[in-house]
Amino acid sequence: MAGVGPPETSRGASTPYLELLDVAKHFGGVQALDHVTLAVERGSVHALVGENGAGKSTLGRIVAGALSADAGRMLLDGAEVSFRSPREALLRGVAAISQEAAIVPQLTVAENVFLRVEPRRAGFVSRRRLNRAFAALTAAAGFELPGNLSAGQLRTSEQQKVEILRALSRDAQLIVMDEPTAALGANETQHLHEIVRNLAASGKTIILISHFLSEVLSLADTVTVLRDGRVVKTASAAAETESSLVEAMLGRPLTATFPPKRPPAGDAPVVLSVRHLSAPGVERASFDLRAGEIVGLAGLVGAGRSELARAVFGAAPVLSGEVTLTGGASVGRSPRRSLDAGLVMIPESRKDSGLIFGRSSIENASLSRLRALSSLGVVRRRREREAARGVLERCGVRGASYAAPVDALSGGNQQKVLLARMLLCGPRVIIADEPTRGVDVGAKFAIYEFLTSLAAQGVGVLLISSELEEILGLSHRVVVMRRGRTVAELRGDAMNESAILSAAFADQASAASVP
Amino acid sequence: MSIDVDVRRVFRLPEAEGGLLGLARVIRLRSVGILVPFLILFVVLSLTSSSFATKANLLNILDQQSATLIIAAAGTLVLIAGGIDLSVGAIYGFAGVTSAHFALQTSPVLAILLGIGAGFLIGLVNGIVTTVFRINALIATLAMSFIVSGCSSLVTKGNLLVLFEKTDFGAVARTEILTVKTSIWLMVAAVVVIGLLLSTTTTGRYMYAAGGNAEAARLAGVRVGAIRVLTFVISGTAAGLAGVIDTARVLSAQASPNDTALAFTVLAGIVVGGTSILGGEGAVWRTVAGVLFIALIGNGYLLLEFDPLYEQITMGGLLLAAVGLDALSRRRA
Repeated sequence: MAGVGPPETSRGASTPYLELLDVAKHFGGVQALDHVTLAVERGSVHALVGENGAGKSTLGRIVAGALSADAGRMLLDGAEVSFRSPREALLRGVAAISQEAAIVPQLTVAENVFLRVEPRRAGFVSRRRLNRAFAALTAAAGFELPGNLSAGQLRTSEQQKVEILRALSRDAQLIVMDEPTAALGANETQHLHEIVRNLAASGKTIILISHFLSEVLSLADTVTVLRDGRVVKTASAAAETESSLVEAMLGRPLTATFPPKRPPAGDAPVVLSVRHLSAPGVERASFDLRAGEIVGLAGLVGAGRSELARAVFGAAPVLSGEVTLTGGASVGRSPRRSLDAGLVMIPESRKDSGLIFGRSSIENASLSRLRALSSLGVVRRRREREAARGVLERCGVRGASYAAPVDALSGGNQQKVLLARMLLCGPRVIIADEPTRGVDVGAKFAIYEFLTSLAAQGVGVLLISSELEEILGLSHRVVVMRRGRTVAELRGDAMNESAILSAAFADQASAASVP
Repeated sequence: MSIDVDVRRVFRLPEAEGGLLGLARVIRLRSVGILVPFLILFVVLSLTSSSFATKANLLNILDQQSATLIIAAAGTLVLIAGGIDLSVGAIYGFAGVTSAHFALQTSPVLAILLGIGAGFLIGLVNGIVTTVFRINALIATLAMSFIVSGCSSLVTKGNLLVLFEKTDFGAVARTEILTVKTSIWLMVAAVVVIGLLLSTTTTGRYMYAAGGNAEAARLAGVRVGAIRVLTFVISGTAAGLAGVIDTARVLSAQASPNDTALAFTVLAGIVVGGTSILGGEGAVWRTVAGVLFIALIGNGYLLLEFDPLYEQITMGGLLLAAVGLDALSRRRA
């Protein structure tokens, strides 16, 4: 349980803690990693960045023993190692923390931390010693966690802390973190950053894989940029900027982060009107959406943005209030009705609630419009294929074949398949819930362009995003939610980061005064 | 042995060949999966037993398997849509005794309709219980299985219902058209209709979606509940039809505890064919191949005079291999 002591200095401080020499890995015919050579200094935070498919996660998994390299050598603390499993890696002090924490929800937090290394007495787990060890560990790690709560009740951010503690309990010296903040809200992210800094300060070496460049720049000592499985450059984070990293990732300069805003016509009609809507997690929310307008829905995680979106779309029960689409069509009853009325939603998680894995891009794209592509209940395959191909191409889905299962596509392309499905519905209003989560920079821009071009054609867009930049960069107007209510509406000059944050964070006293 | 060949073919290729070509080949090989062992077994039996590849033997196999094939074809839809139906054996038995009971008293047409109708109704109840009341399908249909078997005993009062004089009822399954019995024709018709429903219609597509990812399907506008209810109704109706056909085929019916076990034989056939127990993947033709593959093993044991004691062990091993293959391919994906 020593765990958090000062780093051992068995070698000179100049020797890197981890060295990769000419590491290669291919999946089928795809060269995921191509002669990657990398040195990670002890006690540093070393970030790996790159587009989806650049090979950063593959590299992280090789280091942590979840994958084995096809070629090349790996030196840990100067000694050659080759891990055949995460367990072997852990025995040598290398642990991995993933985006989705590996926990047993039924066990308590402390039991999860000491899973398989529980302090025992005569073969039985000694609860007293377990609790004592847990207390010692949290104290050393510098954060609190309720040890006796069952782990399933923890929030995602806290579940990750369980994994961090687990790594520390095994005396891990090198921790690989793959997108640790992807599922976290702003304040939780801040907290995790603190923890990462503390770990590095106590001599742990961190490999940080992240899509968030601002995070990388504020946390990392060194950044390695990967593109197509090759190291483009390794540099001190202090010498880099977001645009220099993006340029290295893409291999070309990125001209604009957001497409230009085209404000809707002054007399554009309201296409979606939500009045005093109450639903699970939503209390008397109201807002309007006009044709051609992009409205950003901002708020903290748990403020009820996704819940509002789901209620408007009809995926969650509406308790009271009204959702009206142009022409008086009442929606909010069922997804089927909403889709028929031209109200579409890109759900928050494409994996859990978006795509049908195992089915082709074509079938996924056509799913919501299948009835229109069939006669007498029989799917007209050619008509389906042509319609789907049309929207998939328009959305820029790239892949081996549109007939192959969507599983094979990268995250960005999967998201574009969902966009294609929405496009095929001929939407009048589109609700996009975190449309760019987990996609790379290139795909992000394509999704922005998709949304702005739809708006330019008169579609009303409700954009939910946890990235304020995205909200500010795309929206014509911002609605802020807090505790299930719509508490502020910002436009023009009032639409800025601090105004959004103060509305989102406002304390309860002022929240009570909002009608 | 035949499964071994398949495993090697399907899972060693990508490493040896690599590339998208290799990937495409894996997908294709996996999708024909069951055909390879089926054909090998067929050829081996033809070579080792002179009485195997005769028209009489093969038609006899089809005649005997007609009920199982109909139920399994419908069960494939249930599995693909994300459910499971363990009550089909009991429904099959109940439909059999119901039709026998009424065949003794009323017209054969009415008896047939009542038998199939009973299956339809029980299937509807299964569907409503599992989707509206959200009771786990495994447990709900297991419970239904007990209830329905009990009802069968009530109908027969423990007797064997003998229909030897009701030849007009028996004609449903025993008439020969083009030297092939109507039991087989009915089976072929039912299997083709169910297969087309799954592979060509919007409803079939929705079944794959509902089983592949229920929440995603719902948000895409698929009425997942209705689709699942439909699969249970089809399954119940098919089991009813199968029960009527078998009763007409052997001209007798009784409440037998063996009937409930038919659900497991059916499930084995579906899974050996390669339809995923987890939903979202599979096909009716695979189920036909799976059921017949198991039937061929039984037939082979008989013709080659192997000790029939080992037949069940072989079946169990096969089932494990089939499920293992499915799990392995999912892990790869």
